[in-house]
Amino acid sequence: MAISVSQGGRWLALDHRRIGRVGDVLNSSPGDTFEAVVLPYLDAAHNLARWLMRDPASAEDVLQEAMLRALTYFPSFKGVNPRGWLLQIVRNTAYASMSLNRGVELVPPTNSSDETEDVVARLPSGDDDPETSLIRARERDRVHRMIAALPIELRETLVLRELEELSYKEIAEVTHMPIGTVMSRLWRARRLLAQAARRDEAA
Amino acid sequence: MPDCDKVLLVQAELDGELGAAEAASLAAHRAECPICQAAAAEFAQARALMRDDLYQPVPEDMRQRVIATIAAAQPPRPQMSATAMPTTPGWWRRWWSNGASFGLGAACAAALAFLLVMPAMPPGLTEQIVAGHVRALQPGHLQDVASEDRHTVKPWFDGRIDFAPPVKDLAAVRFPLTGGRLDYLNGRPVAALVYQRDKHVIDLFVWPASGETSPQTAERQGYNIVHWSQNGMAFWAVSDLEAAQLKQFAEDWRRAP
Repeated sequence: MAISVSQGGRWLALDHRRIGRVGDVLNSSPGDTFEAVVLPYLDAAHNLARWLMRDPASAEDVLQEAMLRALTYFPSFKGVNPRGWLLQIVRNTAYASMSLNRGVELVPPTNSSDETEDVVARLPSGDDDPETSLIRARERDRVHRMIAALPIELRETLVLRELEELSYKEIAEVTHMPIGTVMSRLWRARRLLAQAARRDEAA
Repeated sequence: MPDCDKVLLVQAELDGELGAAEAASLAAHRAECPICQAAAAEFAQARALMRDDLYQPVPEDMRQRVIATIAAAQPPRPQMSATAMPTTPGWWRRWWSNGASFGLGAACAAALAFLLVMPAMPPGLTEQIVAGHVRALQPGHLQDVASEDRHTVKPWFDGRIDFAPPVKDLAAVRFPLTGGRLDYLNGRPVAALVYQRDKHVIDLFVWPASGETSPQTAERQGYNIVHWSQNGMAFWAVSDLEAAQLKQFAEDWRRAP
């Protein structure tokens, strides 16, 4: 698979994509419950909500609201891709929430106290010595801030592609955009990210 | 700044979105186009920044709150009996309407035959097991306690769950223990032990259950499942490992001291 071109350590993410595909057929037999079909994608839903909303509390609000909407619409869900379907609902909910709370998206992306708490909470336990863990957490935090600084339409495209590992077609469905727009947004996101990294290193 | 209209195609190729023929014709162009070469380099730079730990799985406490919200919004599920696993509503309705159309005697006979043939296989549970395994494989969710030492893994469950799951390390037969976590199946917390064979992850779900059954196998969505009961516990192993190897895992586990 082409994704494995770059660096090591991505096999989990690769697996993750394969799982998405495997999970996509879960709803093919009748009588499958919401728990069996949709709940396995709670992490995906949270990941998108968290990257769209920027602070944990509003991400949870969006997640809760989106899961309730998904539960309501579930009886009429006949698609073949529950993950894409759920992510679409999460995105719609997030955008609705942002338009209700105008100004939320204008908060500067580097909300330092939240991010620092996140980093501390996510320090790996056990398998690294503390110093290595701290360096890794700082590096993660640095990239995190660069992605968070991207405009929302570029950020969501990048997150769906690189973290959720959706195909262009799936991203187009989730974001209601033509594939051409997905491609150009993805490219702009990547260029901005690479530029930010170069600026960061130069500084 | 100079540009080339094939830059987005270069990106698509690196994203694995191009067919072989398209990729081949693009390769010829790329060999001669400095703009596309620079684009490929920029792509690599951006991708190198995208690490797995940027993924933000749902924190466990938030997962529980969401599950509680969903449970509160759904009608309660019927129970088979006080000791049996709750069934899924769809199965219950189908079973009930089938029974009604054949008459009560037929329904009882069908139910009895069903229970005799598949004593520990409530429909829906197998799917839940696979869903639990799939969920756990997503980054950051495989294990709450990561250790190859069963004397670390076993005590970790103390106070987190209302039973003490047996924990065995099978490293000697190439199924090393890598950790454990809490999981939820049929609305109750269960212990999940994580084992590995090469790159394949095996989840072993454990919860209290009466009776002794020998290993039975199943297959769902490409995952293999083996389940059995012994010493007052039900065991469900699930993995993408091939069926024979997973069966071996079950046999080794049952035999291990």
